Amino acid sequence: MMSNKWKNGLMLLAVVLLCVLPLLFVSGDFGGADDAAEGVITEINPEYEPWFKPLTELPGETESMLFALQAAIGAGVIGFSLGLLKGKQGQAKQNSISK
Amino acid sequence: MKKRGFWSFAALIAGFTVYFMLNEPGTAQAMHIMEGFLPVGWAVFWWVAFLPFFVLGIIRLRSMTRENPELKLLLGLAGAFTFVLSALKMPSVTGSSSHPTGTGLGAVMLGPLPMGVIGSIVLLFQALLLAHGGITTLGANAFSMAVAGPFAGYAVYKLMMKLPDREKLALFCAAAVADLMTYVVTSFQLAVAFPAADGGVLASFLKFGGIFAVTQIPLAISEGLLTVLLWNWLKSYSPNEMSLLKRKVKGGNA
Repeated sequence: MMSNKWKNGLMLLAVVLLCVLPLLFVSGDFGGADDAAEGVITEINPEYEPWFKPLTELPGETESMLFALQAAIGAGVIGFSLGLLKGKQGQAKQNSISK
Repeated sequence: MKKRGFWSFAALIAGFTVYFMLNEPGTAQAMHIMEGFLPVGWAVFWWVAFLPFFVLGIIRLRSMTRENPELKLLLGLAGAFTFVLSALKMPSVTGSSSHPTGTGLGAVMLGPLPMGVIGSIVLLFQALLLAHGGITTLGANAFSMAVAGPFAGYAVYKLMMKLPDREKLALFCAAAVADLMTYVVTSFQLAVAFPAADGGVLASFLKFGGIFAVTQIPLAISEGLLTVLLWNWLKSYSPNEMSLLKRKVKGGNA
């Protein structure tokens, strides 16, 4: 059997490749905004007018900052939880030894 | 065994390389439905369809955390995972970018209903601050990402756990299906709102699905892998916590 470390490493590599390979081999603009979705809609129904505008339109830089913030908050909470679990496990081991 | 694993991995990469080279790049973006881009009637319809799940989710969350305060940690973890993954806009084979949903893990750990609440919080954050998705389309987007995705993932997990010793495969498939299902439903929502002049809803569905769902396929695979990674990590630190949750999942009816 492959060790868990190996498997985890390969899985991470696969995730990275799934991102990198399209960038290398597909020539698209990889636009991050969802603006172009309206292209398909206007193609089907040229008269359609969006009836509601987003409440806030932040500059692109601020938007990417907020996306980074979103990921950072999530990663922080995941790290905290894993740390807590690991600490609990260590404590339980110590308790069972001292008993 | 190690060698065989390596070669099948190499074959997978070779396969993807060919796939990427042959694939035609498109231009549309695969993400949530934009603000104002659902006709009023449909926007209201999806809000109404989504709200009962949200209320049930809140009820479920409250009873869950009351019975089992330890679950709060896993709840935070599931929410955080959704937060991280839906912030990662990844390039995909169609030449446009989209992001995974991260709802599969939580659906497997806690059942699909709590994810209805967690997923819609993430969507609200993105709609309000990032002009990504929208308030009027929040009902529709929440229905696809926070309701349909988790339920599909949970069903897949339940089905596949009937096979012996296939926990990780089941988890992978659950996460990937939850991710993919989100965008299949998004395509459906757009198709019924904008049926094509000839071919109607079906033609529109194929058109939207061709863009939204195809873009999402490699991302769904990524999400499945990342979910299994976190699961492995969790398990190495906390065999107890996971078994507690398994009992919870098995005993729970949500």
